[in-house]
Amino acid sequence: MQSISDPVISNGPLDQNSKPPLSTVFVKHISNDQKSMKDEQMEPMGNPLTSNNPKIAIQGMNFFYGSVQALSNVNMHIPANKVTAFIGPSGCGKSTLLRCLNRLNDLVDGTRIEGKILLEGHDIYDPDVDVTDLRTRIGMVFQKVNPFPKSIWQNVAFGPQLQNVRKRATLDEVVETSLKGAGLWEEVKDRLHTSALSLSGGQQQRLCIARALAVNPNVLLMDEPCSALDPISTGRIEELLHTLKERLTIVIVTHNMQQASRVSDLTGFFLLGELIEYDDTKTIFTNPSESRTEDYITGRFG
Amino acid sequence: MHRFSLKKFLDSGSLFIWLCGGALSVSLLMIGGLLTLILINGMGYFWPKDLIQLTMNDGSLVLGEWVATEVIPDSESVEKPKGHERVQLKVGNRDLYGLDFRWVDQADVAHEDYPPDVVAFERREWGNFYGRIKEILEGETLVASGHEKGMAVLLPLLERTNRIQGQIHDIEHDEIGELNHSIEQARLQLRALELSGETGVDERAMIESKVQELEALYEIQNAALIALYEKLEQFRITVVDVAGEEKTFQFGSLVKFWLPNGMGVYEKLFMYVQNFWEVLSEEPREANTEGGIFPAIFGTVLMVVIMSIAVVPFGVLAAIYLKEYAKQGMVTRMIRIAVNNLAGVPSIVFGVFGLGFFVYAVGGTLDQLFFAEALPNPTFGTGGMLWASLTLALMTVPVVIVATEEGLSAVPREYREGSLGLGATKFEALWHVVLPCAMPGILTGLILAISRATGEVAPLMLTGVVKLAPSLPVDGFFPFLHLDRKFMHLGFHIYDVGFQSPNVEAAKPMVYVTTFILVLVVILLNLAAIMIRTRMRKRYAGSSV
Repeated sequence: MQSISDPVISNGPLDQNSKPPLSTVFVKHISNDQKSMKDEQMEPMGNPLTSNNPKIAIQGMNFFYGSVQALSNVNMHIPANKVTAFIGPSGCGKSTLLRCLNRLNDLVDGTRIEGKILLEGHDIYDPDVDVTDLRTRIGMVFQKVNPFPKSIWQNVAFGPQLQNVRKRATLDEVVETSLKGAGLWEEVKDRLHTSALSLSGGQQQRLCIARALAVNPNVLLMDEPCSALDPISTGRIEELLHTLKERLTIVIVTHNMQQASRVSDLTGFFLLGELIEYDDTKTIFTNPSESRTEDYITGRFG
Repeated sequence: MHRFSLKKFLDSGSLFIWLCGGALSVSLLMIGGLLTLILINGMGYFWPKDLIQLTMNDGSLVLGEWVATEVIPDSESVEKPKGHERVQLKVGNRDLYGLDFRWVDQADVAHEDYPPDVVAFERREWGNFYGRIKEILEGETLVASGHEKGMAVLLPLLERTNRIQGQIHDIEHDEIGELNHSIEQARLQLRALELSGETGVDERAMIESKVQELEALYEIQNAALIALYEKLEQFRITVVDVAGEEKTFQFGSLVKFWLPNGMGVYEKLFMYVQNFWEVLSEEPREANTEGGIFPAIFGTVLMVVIMSIAVVPFGVLAAIYLKEYAKQGMVTRMIRIAVNNLAGVPSIVFGVFGLGFFVYAVGGTLDQLFFAEALPNPTFGTGGMLWASLTLALMTVPVVIVATEEGLSAVPREYREGSLGLGATKFEALWHVVLPCAMPGILTGLILAISRATGEVAPLMLTGVVKLAPSLPVDGFFPFLHLDRKFMHLGFHIYDVGFQSPNVEAAKPMVYVTTFILVLVVILLNLAAIMIRTRMRKRYAGSSV
């Protein structure tokens, strides 16, 4: 309970002034919803996470691209301050699920969603949810490294500026905190006003993380963040995840089994739009209950 | 043993490569040939050519600039059999000979030489004069006579008369122009009073007394002007052509003079640059066949600038709605097809529309509402800079829409999602991220629009271009930019000089020069847009647009 009503990040300068009204809506609901959530029985897999307060609860979710069903009956609880990894072969729906968590799929024509996704107990698909506000609470880092063609400073300050933070000193502070949070400050502090595109691929991806951190999200979604990076940059980002999860809930989609086993606390295995198995990462990788999971992890198919 | 196999040869693709290479070379050759032709004919015009003096078999003399030599296509007499050549000379002296070009049969020429003492005069009327100086007069007194003495006083005298000419120009354009403007304003005020039906006697009397004041001032200026003209008339020069015929003209009608056969290469080069500058900076004379083309250059550039200002926001906004906000489907697809087809509509159709809609409907209404005092003289109800620019903007808006849509499509999806993921609304993502990245695409559209609009003539003829505009659309009188004025345009100038001129031979070089400058203007306008685009691309390097 406490971990939720307390702001997860306390060092962000935005905490005091710019937390959107939505959060109060969320917090108000929590006390009621929390009880009801405990009453609700956990979904089929005998999930070990029932005892945790889920940051995100996905309940009976189906997702369609037109008439094609991409996800069927997904149920999972994503706990706070943990790294949760989604694995599975290409086209299994794990990225789709991730993009549902911040409603980025809204933009794709002809999509339809059934079921519920609760963030801190509140349905994010509720009609009165402000989508842009939601997206400041759930940050995202993309597979294709995408810093804007602006300066490093402008990239990081972009999010706060959208929330009408205008004071230069505040922005400077946010930029510094966020870059430090993404472990990039030391490398770029002397050239904040050079183009972000002059950075290396790994630096650019950490800049994207910093940019996401700048709006002070509770949850960070990462869609194969290291697939385009070399092993050293990948290593740095993985280290970063370890420190970030103290403040954030992280959901990461990855194709790299080693990465999933290294960085995540929990792992969900998807196949053909279904969540096959969801458990402690250790259990998934050493003693999976499903033979399909074992086959995939050991490379017998997929 | 290898046997030649046709199939193998065809499959290897070499034939195809040759075909592609050939097509490209032919295209380049044609473009190169076109530019070379324009360049040679256009640039040769400025070079001060030597004056050839031909002594004919019958003893008569012909003096002129060499223009062309050609083989006589068909000879009718025995003395002039097939295969003989003839030369075309620009003999000038139109006031004496009637025509300033003459064909001379090579067979009739006994001797040719380049006399050093012949002088070429460029005059404001009657074209060039080629001949020798006889005497220079101030009033009735003889200042100098003969070639050497004449040459010695010619330049200082010309400078003096040019100063007087400058004073005349200043009075005519600035002082009297201003007075005329004020008198016209007062007349319009009176007319407006009349129209409003008010019987403001005081006001009327005030304006009338002001007009009288102005008219008195005008008389003073006019007297000064007459005095200056009289002073100018004092200076006269008498010249003789090669045949010994005399001609006296005033210094006031003299633009410049030079000694073609006595000039070194550097002097000629200097004069070449000077001539080029004169064409760029001066107003046309003699039915546009002489003088400069400055008003046409100015009109063309100003029109393109106003068109760009109108077309870019218009096209970009339309494209944004079509691409980003409209629900994609049957309707948007049809609109796209319509827009693409609109780009192919003949320009004269746009001209007719511009005349009917902008000039008559919009302009006519504006006149009735705001310029009623000037009626029946139309202000906006006739062709002018604004309507011509808007017509061309309408013509080129499809190009901008298509290019902007392509530019928007080329912005990586990750930029949109990245900004939306940070809590941007669709508009914020578009404004802060997508649109800046699409700028190079938008500018490509503008470049295409400029290229098409600069060379367009047909719609302009209906919406505001004239053969000779009395004044530029920009001047010192409020509101400084007069979009209601008619203007001159390089494309129309080519047509007018080349095909509407009574003096075809004299107009020929002018056509090439104007064409050359039109091409130059297109290139320069495009270069400017391309430079902006390159800078933007550099700024947004990494985006694939």
